[in-house]
Amino acid sequence: MSFAFLRIFTLVLASLWLSPFAVAQELKWADVLAKAKGQTVFWNAWAGDEKTNAFIAWAGEEVNKRYGVKIQHVRLKDTAEAVTRVVAEKAAGRNSDGTVDLIWINGPNFLAMKQQSLLFGPFTQAMPNWQFVDTVNTRSNVIDFTIPVDGLESPWRRAQIVFVYDSKRVKETPKSVQDLLEWAKKNPGRLTHPSVRNFLGATFLKQALFELAPDSGVLQSAATDANFQTVTVPMWAWYDQLRPHLWRQGRQFPENGPAQRQLLNDGEIDMMISFNPSEAAVSITAGLLPESVRSFVFAKGTIGNTSFVAIPYNAAHKEGAMVVANFLLEPATQAYAQDFRQMGNFTVLDLAKLSAAERRRFEELPRSPALPTNAELGATLLEPHASWMTRITAEWERRYTK
Amino acid sequence: MTAQHRSDWLRIAPAFTAGVFLLPIGAGLIGTVLPAFGYLPAIGGNELSLAPWRVLVAHPGFATSVMLTLGTGVLTSLLAVILSVGFCAYAYGRPWARRIGAWLAPLLSTPHSALAIGFAFLILPSGWIVRAISPWLTGWTLPPDVSTVGHHTGLALVFGLLLKEVPYLILMIVSALNQVPAREHLTIARALGYSRAEAWVKAILPQIYPQIRLPIYAVIAFSLSVVDVGLILGPSNPPTLSVLAVRWFFDADIQMYFPAAAAACLQLLLVIATIVLWFSLERLLVIVGRRWIAAGGRDGLLSRLTLPTAVVTFTLFVVSLLAIVGMALWSVAAQWRYPDALPQAWTWANWMRRADSLPALSWTTLLIGMLATAIAVVLVLACLENEGRGERAGTGALWILYLPLLFPQIAFLFGAQVLLVRLELDGTLLAVVWAHLVFVLPYLFLSLADPWRAFDPRYARTAASLGASRFRVLFRVKLPILLRPLLIACAVAFAVSVGQYLATLFAGNGRVATLTTEAVTLAGGADRRVIGAYALVQSLFPFLVYLLAAALPALLYANRRGLTRWT
Repeated sequence: MSFAFLRIFTLVLASLWLSPFAVAQELKWADVLAKAKGQTVFWNAWAGDEKTNAFIAWAGEEVNKRYGVKIQHVRLKDTAEAVTRVVAEKAAGRNSDGTVDLIWINGPNFLAMKQQSLLFGPFTQAMPNWQFVDTVNTRSNVIDFTIPVDGLESPWRRAQIVFVYDSKRVKETPKSVQDLLEWAKKNPGRLTHPSVRNFLGATFLKQALFELAPDSGVLQSAATDANFQTVTVPMWAWYDQLRPHLWRQGRQFPENGPAQRQLLNDGEIDMMISFNPSEAAVSITAGLLPESVRSFVFAKGTIGNTSFVAIPYNAAHKEGAMVVANFLLEPATQAYAQDFRQMGNFTVLDLAKLSAAERRRFEELPRSPALPTNAELGATLLEPHASWMTRITAEWERRYTK
Repeated sequence: MTAQHRSDWLRIAPAFTAGVFLLPIGAGLIGTVLPAFGYLPAIGGNELSLAPWRVLVAHPGFATSVMLTLGTGVLTSLLAVILSVGFCAYAYGRPWARRIGAWLAPLLSTPHSALAIGFAFLILPSGWIVRAISPWLTGWTLPPDVSTVGHHTGLALVFGLLLKEVPYLILMIVSALNQVPAREHLTIARALGYSRAEAWVKAILPQIYPQIRLPIYAVIAFSLSVVDVGLILGPSNPPTLSVLAVRWFFDADIQMYFPAAAAACLQLLLVIATIVLWFSLERLLVIVGRRWIAAGGRDGLLSRLTLPTAVVTFTLFVVSLLAIVGMALWSVAAQWRYPDALPQAWTWANWMRRADSLPALSWTTLLIGMLATAIAVVLVLACLENEGRGERAGTGALWILYLPLLFPQIAFLFGAQVLLVRLELDGTLLAVVWAHLVFVLPYLFLSLADPWRAFDPRYARTAASLGASRFRVLFRVKLPILLRPLLIACAVAFAVSVGQYLATLFAGNGRVATLTTEAVTLAGGADRRVIGAYALVQSLFPFLVYLLAAALPALLYANRRGLTRWT
């Protein structure tokens, strides 16, 4: 729900209540495993995707078999719902035995919880599988929307911007946002983006900003009144040209990513932006997109980020939650998740750190013509500071909402 | 139990009922009104100010949002009343209209959002209607790039709301007709040379209008504050005020809490203003209408007017049914792309995948719905009985019950959640039932209150003079006569409970899963096959309950002819 709720009540209580967190370095994994046995972990996760729901159910069976830990998937429409619940509990003084054990989280929600000290940890270092995580080349595993993770959340799936297109209708794919504009001019009404109030819609503009800003380095620190104007001028000029050629003349936009995918499936548009590099392959398998869809990225790279799991400060089953977080980082689990017949998530692990046998699991994953290779995916650009997104959304509304 | 004891119990019923709801409602009010004026010390709002209102008014598209909210809300309410009254005037007394309750059941039992999604699929440029005639007739190998769903005038939203509001008002009219000697008056009026429609509007409508007034106000409040249908069918740039408020309540920027609260208050003000305006128009109509009726014209103008309204209403029914059928087809589709009029491939997989989880979800949904409805019925009947015995004490407080219908849900629920955690009740079935009651009870109350008050007291007096106790009068005379409105009110209440999403989520800590929580979370994936399957499952129980409400009086009172039919 809203961070507003969150902060209102935490600010009231933060001054009254300060308690030392358990420090993860001192946690012995054997103790964690022993305590976790028999616990039921209430994993709060967005449940709009059936493949992910099925994966969580599968993970529940596995950790039960191996560690005697059960997973109960608490199905959310919005991650902020779980954040609100933790806040409500804090407001009511329930500082232990909380009802949220694990949250699928990243970006603004993580920032809010970290700032309000609503998270348990640092705990990631204590997990045996942490050693496999790619902390060097995939910076988004340790820096979440420019905010240092500090061991307070554990990565489990990667996201990177790709464009999914219908290869029956699009013969040559754009290589840059400038190309995209030319394509839209030639094919009016066949491109759109999710509402800019949605994270994916805002990312469409952030992607353009990366390519069009005079110096994209400034995006890694907070936007200021002084630099916002100059940095974004070329992007707005580009967007002003693009908008009239968008679907519905740029007057209407799909509410979110899935709604946009439906437009592609209905034949209303020819290409769309997505955060899952496997979107085309996964959606073909699920019957959500035509068999002819493929994906492409821009030559200069696309924005990527990481999804994490975090444990609230008052979680009743912290040990069980850590066992689950650790299980999610197991090479076998990551390979299973990367299979496009499951979720198709690109792994957060560094394959070079794995044994040959474990690496083979990834090499032997089924292929699909709709699945980009790591090489085709190209460079990953780090998410800009969250303030850029806020300002872009506000400026977009000022310009285009009448 | 003696009559004396029971009266004592009844006397506290209104206070008790209001009391049960005072806490969450109070928390909701404080959480909305004070921040709207900048007061919320926790986030730096230490003094009252008009700053949130300035932000709201200065927001891009604010004026459009307000006009849109008023325009769609008022148009929907007006059309819903005209169409439902016109339809009843046309249909009343016709043999095919006897089973109207059963007819309405599928339309009333489909959740708003599911019906809206089905309707959207019908009218999209890539939707079912265009698919049926493309490309062989239209030549459109690609769907045309024109706006239907989300049109900036909000007409798609109005139409989508009418699909649910018209059947609801017709149901309320059917329920009200029970309490007036409609058949006799109609016969007399027709013998005096009035046409069927004229007789109905001039002789019967004035008698039943007081009974359907509250449901009409509920339609006004709902149309002006609806969120889910607004999101699916309404314009989005800018959206209606309620959608804007919810968007801000969910905003990552903490400062948006203030204008969000202001928008929620403004929405409440718009609802109140519209209801006041409606009430004034009612007064005016009474004055004009009396003369008009007294003048005794028999020109048949009304007859010519009721036919078109009936045709439009019928079209609404057909569109609703098509929307439901469309979603049903999606639930067994493997693939269904433009421009195919029917799915290219069929599968049961959408259903089989759910077979394991459905029994438990259905049981929870059913249990909560039945408990909430049962508790609400007892409370409402106790309040109404108390009122009927001239005990007005505490009744005045009952207007509080309507507040949950006027305010955005989200404002009430956070306060309620903190309360439940403090009471250590959160995450329990009991908590969910309580949260549902906050929304179930007002609907049950407004569906039942006026038919109950319209009950002819001579029946009770006659029974009492024959020596029957109050208790006996209630169960042997009053309840049988009022059985139809009672059952209809219960069906409405049950459907409201089944449809609750936010209330279930907040009170249940996300741990109490119902068909609706499952459906709403899965709807985020925008997969019509999944949404279609859940739309059917979600509708099933309310559908059965509506059918039961329509059929039960006839079954129970086969020997009391006057109570078995509405015509």
